[in-house]
Amino acid sequence: MPHDHDHDDPFHHEGMSSSGHPYRPDNDQPLTYWQQMEIAVRELLVEKGITTAAEINAQIVLMDARSPAQGAAVVARAWDDPAFKARLLADGSAAMAELGIDPDGLKLVVVENTAGVHNVVVCTLCSCYPRNLLGLPPDWYKSRAYRSRTVKEPRAVLREFGLEVPEDVRVQVHDSTADMRYLVLPRRPEGTEGWDAEALAGIVTRDCMIGVAIPQLP
Amino acid sequence: MTDDTGQGRSWHDMGGEDAGEIARGEHDFALWEKRVDALMRLTSAKGYFTVDGLRRAIEDMGEDAFETMSYYERWIASITRNLVESGAFSTEELNARMEKVAARGPTYGEAQGAGE
Repeated sequence: MPHDHDHDDPFHHEGMSSSGHPYRPDNDQPLTYWQQMEIAVRELLVEKGITTAAEINAQIVLMDARSPAQGAAVVARAWDDPAFKARLLADGSAAMAELGIDPDGLKLVVVENTAGVHNVVVCTLCSCYPRNLLGLPPDWYKSRAYRSRTVKEPRAVLREFGLEVPEDVRVQVHDSTADMRYLVLPRRPEGTEGWDAEALAGIVTRDCMIGVAIPQLP
Repeated sequence: MTDDTGQGRSWHDMGGEDAGEIARGEHDFALWEKRVDALMRLTSAKGYFTVDGLRRAIEDMGEDAFETMSYYERWIASITRNLVESGAFSTEELNARMEKVAARGPTYGEAQGAGE
């Protein structure tokens, strides 16, 4: 198999894939069977006129442009605009479209953290994720450990992420599906009164919107 | 594991099971992985298959694939199966092209040929 764990590899990255395989950042690594398949499939699709190289590249550019900054902008707006927040909680897809972010036909449900409730998002069946707002999911979100344990012992999982939820705060776990994605609306921290949208968005990390962290003041 | 317990759960339905510590490593996606993702978006948007088809083929691969293949390795395997099923190309065409790809050189950069 192509998965030789070569720790002398000068291009070895810290990051591991969900199944624990080292990431190969460069194109000069040995071709794997599955890469060979990707190239073959892509070429056949182009030859048959099903797609084009330009379409594929445009899709990748679009993907690269998606990042947690989009989700953070949505959160910052909700913090600053109660009417928008109400619309966001009522219909997440419509509200994100208002800000020019394509909901891509998916139903977005926004869940709000309050003084009494902390929300966290998982996909136990696969790895559904609000990629329009957060980009591609991190490896741990797709891991067996996160998928299995989050619905069973969320407080222990959050503790592993360094988040201790007080006992008097209820933890609500949301299990995503292929057609419905969740985004956590974190609580706006005290001490951010008068901040502009950019400053507010700056403290909203990806992990805050998955629910494994809460915004921290710099 | 869970798929032969008679409890009606398949291996991928892992919510609530015991599992170890969460490995927090992350990696940026390689070009070939982004291409796999793009092929899924494009061919599903064009009606060749759906996200349910993607999942069905991945779930059919079984637990072993989850343990031994990376995320986008499972994806390209599933995408390919779905595209063959929907008639986008045949297994013979795929095999012939894969041989041609491998013959171009030993690295991804060389094997991707003029596809860049």
